[in-house]
Parts: sequence; C-alpha cells; structure tokens
Amino acid sequence: MSLEYQKSVKELAEKYGPENLVVVLGFLDEELVEIYATTLTLGDPSYSGSLAGVALRLKVYHILEPEVKDQIPEVVYQEQMGLAEITTGQEKIKKISKMLKEIREK
Amino acid sequence: MKPVIKGSAYVLAHVPDLVRYGSKPYREIEKDPNLLPKIEKNLRRFLDVVAYPPNQVFIGNLTPDELRNIPQPWFENKLFSASSCGNFGEIVGENNFYGVLKLADANGYDLVWIENKFLSDIKKFGINIFFDEQSSQKMGEGKTIAEIQEKLALGPRMALPLFHNEKLIGCFNRSQDPHAQEDEALGPHPLMEGLAAKASGALALKHLIEKLKMSPEEIDFIISCSEEAVGDRYNRGGGSLAKAIGEMCGCINATGPDIKAFCVSPIYAIIVAASLVKAGVFKKVAVVGGGCLAKLGMKFQGHLESGYPIIEDTLGAAAFLIASDDRKSPIIRLDAIGKNNIKNSARQEDVTRAVVLEPLKKLGKRIIDIDKYAVQLENPEITVPSKTGDVPKKNYDMIAGLAVLNKEITPQEMAEFVKIRGMPGFAPTQGHIPAAVPYLGHAIEAIKNGGIKNAMFIARGSLFLGRMSQLHDGMSFIIEKNPKQKEAKKCLRKKRP
Amino acid sequence: MLKEKKAIIFGERDEIPGLSIEECLKAAGVKQEDIVFSLTECFV
Repeated sequence: MSLEYQKSVKELAEKYGPENLVVVLGFLDEELVEIYATTLTLGDPSYSGSLAGVALRLKVYHILEPEVKDQIPEVVYQEQMGLAEITTGQEKIKKISKMLKEIREK
Repeated sequence: MKPVIKGSAYVLAHVPDLVRYGSKPYREIEKDPNLLPKIEKNLRRFLDVVAYPPNQVFIGNLTPDELRNIPQPWFENKLFSASSCGNFGEIVGENNFYGVLKLADANGYDLVWIENKFLSDIKKFGINIFFDEQSSQKMGEGKTIAEIQEKLALGPRMALPLFHNEKLIGCFNRSQDPHAQEDEALGPHPLMEGLAAKASGALALKHLIEKLKMSPEEIDFIISCSEEAVGDRYNRGGGSLAKAIGEMCGCINATGPDIKAFCVSPIYAIIVAASLVKAGVFKKVAVVGGGCLAKLGMKFQGHLESGYPIIEDTLGAAAFLIASDDRKSPIIRLDAIGKNNIKNSARQEDVTRAVVLEPLKKLGKRIIDIDKYAVQLENPEITVPSKTGDVPKKNYDMIAGLAVLNKEITPQEMAEFVKIRGMPGFAPTQGHIPAAVPYLGHAIEAIKNGGIKNAMFIARGSLFLGRMSQLHDGMSFIIEKNPKQKEAKKCLRKKRP
Repeated sequence: MLKEKKAIIFGERDEIPGLSIEECLKAAGVKQEDIVFSLTECFV
C-alpha cells in the first residue's frame, strides 16, 4: 500500500477515531485486497510506511462481500455492481469475503 | 469516400540506462540512492529484450494467439531465433537510440551532448532506419568527458547524465537560451521526456512510410497522440509533437496538431484522421504516438520483489496511416463509433455499454458478431507482479459479462468468449501506446487474409488523474474487411522468429 | 456497520471505480459528507 495512502488514512484515523471509520475496497486482486486489509488492520507488513507498527484495527470490507451487499438496496447494487459480480464470479467473491472476515476478527 | 487503415508500424526502443529517469524510479532513487544498483542489476540485455515473446508480437513477428501458447513467465521462455527487425517495425538498441535522439535534437537547441568516442562509434557502426550519409553531419560534434562533467557539476536543474552500460556517455541539458534558465518546463527532465517521444515517434512514422513504400511527401496531415506535455511555462502541453515528428521524417507537405486524452488519444486521433479523409479534406493522414519516458520502470518495485527483471525498459511507439479507399485495406466504420458521454457515470456497465454495445446496435450487430476485440493491451507480466492485475483480462471479462447480461452467451461460456475474441496483453505499459492499437497491424493482416472479418478497438482513459474532472473516458471504433477487396489470397508470412 | 460511520473508499478504474462504491454506500444511508476519502486508482 502506497506510503501516501498510509499517511492519509492514518491522519483520518487520528481525526475521526479508528472506531468511527469503515474502509470499503473495490480491488479484485486478492493479494492486493489482503495487503490493504492487513495494513489498515494490523499495520504495514513491509515496515516502510506511516502504518509500520501501527495497528489501526480499521474494519475493512469489500464492496462485493454479502455483508456489505445486504445493506444496499437491491436495485442500486445491481445497477452499480451487477457487471462486477458476473465478471468476478461467486468463487472469488467467497474467497475474498472469507479472507477479509478472518482479518477483521484478528 | 470510405476511409481505410492502410498500415501501421511499431517500434520499441530498449533504453535500460534511461529507466532511472522514469517518474517512479527517479523519485524512489532520490529517497534511497542504494536502489540504483539494485535496479541496474535487474535490467535486461538487448538480446533478452529482442527474444522476449511479447516484444516479438509488438513488432509483428508473432501473433497474439501464438503468444498465448508460450508458457509464462515469458522472460524465461525467450525466442532465441528472434529478430530485432519485425514485420511491423523494429526493436532499437540503446546506442542507436542515442543517435536518433541526437538527430531529434538537430534543430540547434543543443540539448543532447554525447561523448566524442561514443558519438563517432554511432556514426561509424550505428545501424538505423534514420542513419544515412547526411546523418553523421546532422548529429553534430561530440563533447569531451571533461566538458560533460563540467556541465553536470552545475547540478540536475541544469543537466542530467546519460549512460550506456552504466558508463557516462553524455548529458541532457536544460534549454541553453538565457530566458529558459528559470523555466521549469524547459529543464532537462521535461525536455528529455519530450525529445524521447519525438525520437521514438519519428522512428515509428519512418518505418510506416518505408513499409507502405510511399514518399513522406505524400502525407497531408499528421496527428500526434503522444502523451508528453511539450511546451514552455506559459503553455505546458502546448504541443505540436506531430509537426516535429513530421519534420524529422521529411513529411514536408504536412502539418498537424496533437490530440491528447490520456490513454484514449490514439482512438480519438484515428477517428479524427478517418473523418478528415471521409470529408475529403485530406487524402493521407498519419497518426503517430511516441514513447513515454515517465512510465519507464513504473512498476519496478513489484518486479524486484518478485525476482523479475525490470520489464519496463522500452519506449513504445506506433504510427498509422489512414487514407481514402484503396479497395483492399480494411475500412473504418465511422457510422459506428463508440463513446462514453459526459452524462454517463463511472460504473463499468455504463462505460462498457457505451463503447461496446451502442456502436454495435447502430450496425444491427451483437457482441458475438465481432471476431476480435482489442482492449487496453498491457502485458500482464508487467502488471501482475505489482498486484495490479491482468488489465486486458479485466476488460475482456467486462465485455463477456455484458454479453451474458445481453443473453448472447451463458456465464459458463465467458472463458471461451475471452479466449476466442480476446488476446493476451503484449504491449509495454506506455500509457497511450497499449490502448488497443497495438493489435491494428495484426488485425489488418488477419482481415486481409481472411482469418477474421472484423475487429473492435476500445480504449479507456482515466481523466480523473488530471484532477480536472472525475469522469472516466472511453472510445471505440470498428474496422472490417473492405467490401471491394478481391478474394483473399492466403498471405503466407515470411519472417518467423 | 455502514450507518453512522465515516467511509474510506479505494477503487480502481478497470475493476470497481470509487464513484460506484460511493453510490452504493449513499443508497445504504451513508451521508455524502461522511465519505471522507474516495479514490479511484489507475494501475496503468
């Protein structure tokens, strides 16, 4: 996760309090999703950015996770995410959801 | 009058010693000078760049479908019989490219200084489409190492060192005239970006002219779709690289502007060129895109982490000729242009519908009626190690997804759709260069020899990067077999690596 | 989980753009001013 983004998120966490923030990702590369979620939950694994050794414990979700989908009116979700759901496929969505759930519970 | 796409040419300039001046490496090396040796250690030799399968597809010695059959990582599956000369252009080595850069600087501005011995070697032994009896004289005189070092001692605001095989061989200067001394737009770095685009673009245009066996004087109009912001402080991005490139190629009867719209520029430029031909304003319009120095080594960190060589070590350039109907070249369907209008949101479905479905509707065609789709064709071996995914695959999945929503195929048929109608990415991550058009050369051949009947070219642009708008851009055109083309003769390819 | 929270969004042009995620969150009741960071990456 880029150093600039780490800095921005850290500042937002200081301003609003980490417990008041929620992060929603729209990346489809599983490794990249994992890196962002880990960095924003437990700190920068590469120890190079502002979040090195800083566990913000932000709640990180993916927009395609069922937990998120359930909170969004069906019509809007289909309109915005319909194509992404088809191209991503249920298998990958399940994998990403499981991974993020585990990271959130750490 | 129907506009046709007469031909295309593609050039890669292998410039490992310029990777340090790519935006990302330059910034990172400034923060941590220890990075430079790590980068240098992972740069490729010229022969490896020639033998790299995606590069062979780019210059037209291998088809995209043939690339699919070569296992990845491609840098480990080199084609040892590969040639730097391609059906559509060539791969230029760094020393020869410095010679072309020197020729691009032959307007009296004295931006490029090259050491005496290195320059005389280029003059004596260099081989390039631009080198002839006059080029030695045009390249001017070399400099002593002492002169170069004296210039470099003034610091990076005034001059940047040029290397070959990691050895100092020259420098790139700030514009020398007095009023340019405080103009950051005319400093060595932006000027190097501009001149690299000019030199590589001119290489592509020169190849196009030779390939089509035409005289440069026949070209009426040139449109540059290069990304570089050429201009001084009062008009950064003022342009006109088109005319500078045309001048270098001897297109004395042409003039022309630059069209800039991030990665979509080549599509805009080709559509404008085709419209000018159809309207009868001009007969032969060239579109040219030079390489993007700023994007060299853009994803080097991912490559280092994955134990890959630094694959973003080439400038990519392309040129196209759009002309009035010759009864054989594929026609450009100006009645079915796809465009992502301002009213459209950023959502993928809107953009994909606008650029894929809407133009097809105008022709009464379905998604499965197009034989090949060319999308952003970035080589996945460059992007995947930096965890930014396979860009063409993502775009193909969206088109296939739309075909599912449109009930043309089932979700189970998506993979097959992508395999048949798509292709693996093979272009360097050079901004506008991978924007669908690297497939044009292959498409012209495939349409002429009956392999396919049509193809759609789609590019997408991230306008939001310029911070002027949050809009996403997208544009597409279709080419198809010329109805007047006589029965296709099977075109047997001569050169194969 | 979304309501009463400040949202940070990371999207990507060829995957899911930030603006599309914003639309979904707003429909779920997140106020525009509570979207405190929304970014669409362009990986190329």
